[in-house]
Amino acid sequence: MSAVDIASHPATQALVNRHKLRWWEPIPWILAIGFFFLFPRHLGFGNEMLVMVLFALSLDLVLGYAGIVTLGHAAFFGIGAYTVGMLARHGIWTEPLSGLLIAAAVAAVFGLLSGFVLLRTTGLTLLMLTLCIMLLLEEVANLAQEWTGGYDGLDNVPIDPIFGRFEFNPLYPTTQYIYILCILFIGFLIVRTIVYSPFGESLTGIRENTLRMHAVGAPVRKRLVISYAISAAIAGVAGALWAQSNAYVNMSTLSLDRAATVLIILVLGGYGRLYGAFVGAVAYMVLSHYLAKLYPTAWQLGLGLMLMVIALFARNGIIGIFESLVARWRGKPAS
Amino acid sequence: MAGIVLGGLAAGMVLFIVSVGLSVTMGLMGFVNLAHGGFAMIGGYVIVLSMNRLGVPFVPAVILGFVLTAAFSVVMERLFYSKLYRAAELDQVLFSIGLAFVMIASVIIIIGPETQPLILPSWLRGQMDLGFTTYRTYSIFLIAVGGLIALGLWLGFERTRMGAQIRAAVDNRKMAESLGINIDRLFTITFAFGSGMAAIGGGLGAEFLGLDPQYTLKYLVFFLIVVAVGGLGRITGVFYAAMLIGVMDFVLKKYVPQGGTAFIYALTILILLVRPQGLFGRKDA
Repeated sequence: MSAVDIASHPATQALVNRHKLRWWEPIPWILAIGFFFLFPRHLGFGNEMLVMVLFALSLDLVLGYAGIVTLGHAAFFGIGAYTVGMLARHGIWTEPLSGLLIAAAVAAVFGLLSGFVLLRTTGLTLLMLTLCIMLLLEEVANLAQEWTGGYDGLDNVPIDPIFGRFEFNPLYPTTQYIYILCILFIGFLIVRTIVYSPFGESLTGIRENTLRMHAVGAPVRKRLVISYAISAAIAGVAGALWAQSNAYVNMSTLSLDRAATVLIILVLGGYGRLYGAFVGAVAYMVLSHYLAKLYPTAWQLGLGLMLMVIALFARNGIIGIFESLVARWRGKPAS
Repeated sequence: MAGIVLGGLAAGMVLFIVSVGLSVTMGLMGFVNLAHGGFAMIGGYVIVLSMNRLGVPFVPAVILGFVLTAAFSVVMERLFYSKLYRAAELDQVLFSIGLAFVMIASVIIIIGPETQPLILPSWLRGQMDLGFTTYRTYSIFLIAVGGLIALGLWLGFERTRMGAQIRAAVDNRKMAESLGINIDRLFTITFAFGSGMAAIGGGLGAEFLGLDPQYTLKYLVFFLIVVAVGGLGRITGVFYAAMLIGVMDFVLKKYVPQGGTAFIYALTILILLVRPQGLFGRKDA
């Protein structure tokens, strides 16, 4: 059998080019910048959306790529938010950028420790453990009133101007928007680099076939724990951004509501595909906004139906639907 | 002291009645059904509304709740759940959260968001003299009913052909299938039965847990804790876990109203870390 020219084989080319930027990748960023100029009165809404994109990206890393199903990812979001909030409110640290790093570090340490213990388990046990740890933290935040403000949370959290120049103004959150967009961009680059790295490929391998990854000698648990810690750090930054841009922290940052919301956002957009977080966050925020207007008391109806449809028929979310449409249009079966 | 134990046991019985179906569903079908609380809520509504608005007596109302909820769950199982048995855990989680949302919203639209009171018949009101202490009649009734249901389920599970089939399917589904057990039918019946039990639990517990559309998700974590701690598909495990959690929750709420729930979460985490398969689950299950 003659040797196949592996280097020029289409499959090799596809693998080599996987990480290259595609023509449409700048589009979400252009839209995000466009939003700033087109809707100056809705920047608060925009801030929330960008923060949730970053949060959903962090979840995508563990859920979409490593296949760790967690119901308690808001634990890290809340830890980041409370880290920034408590440090600022108790007069210890009010500088925003380094505050993000501290929040990331605290969340990463917590992710590392909890991941080390939790990721021995799978399935229902893992679901329950992630859920219980988040609920436990929520209770602790409620009980440690002196530090966390208990049920009411901490308001009027003081935040220094960025670089000593750009002030946060809750009424005109322009600084916040640019700040969050920049951090989101950095966070996105980090996640994108990770998922196309050999480390990221091995995470996908673990998701697809854990047994086989064990068999080829990959340190499965170590990689899962590391990805969990990185994801925790990014979720912590998202929480810290939320606390800084709103100038308050409350228990909603640690709640099952937030954990469910970020899961829904990611799945709505499409998990394991980087831009799912963007599409999902926009779709979710816009959808829930209009549903809440239509049915003030029963807005979950549309959302619930949508989740059922996605779970039954469109497991790859909105992006997945789009991909199969494109594939059909080109006359090729969806890959 | 006796009063606290009795109160806790009554709460534990309700937890058991609701959770046992969830345990079998998750154990037998491997389905993470986060809409289980929704079936309990719907059943509770059937029971309470048929009593309050149609004047159906208590016992027939409970039976009606069981039957209607079981019938509804058969439709759901055939239409949707059966399509997802082999799907990824995440898809099951999403589908069932979605279904729970739809249940909440539908009840709000059709009946309204307010709490529905369970008005007990006169023979269940007041106190009862037990000899060593007097206690609320309804709590004693709950303990008796829960105990009977537990005994009946245990006998049915251990002593009947159907029970043996379910146990076989929980332990090794492929083997059970190759022995000619009709898994599809078994699943449908079990699912209907589990949802029916949830309905009874929803109705009987409405007196102290309250009953409103949000019930669907409000107590879900507790049901899940009971199942996870008890071990999947183990009737006795779920029973002991429900008693443990029920009594502890009751005692803690009495003495440390602030930190009680935190303690239960912490205990659950500890138990699951030491025994990921639950206190009474088998290692290979």
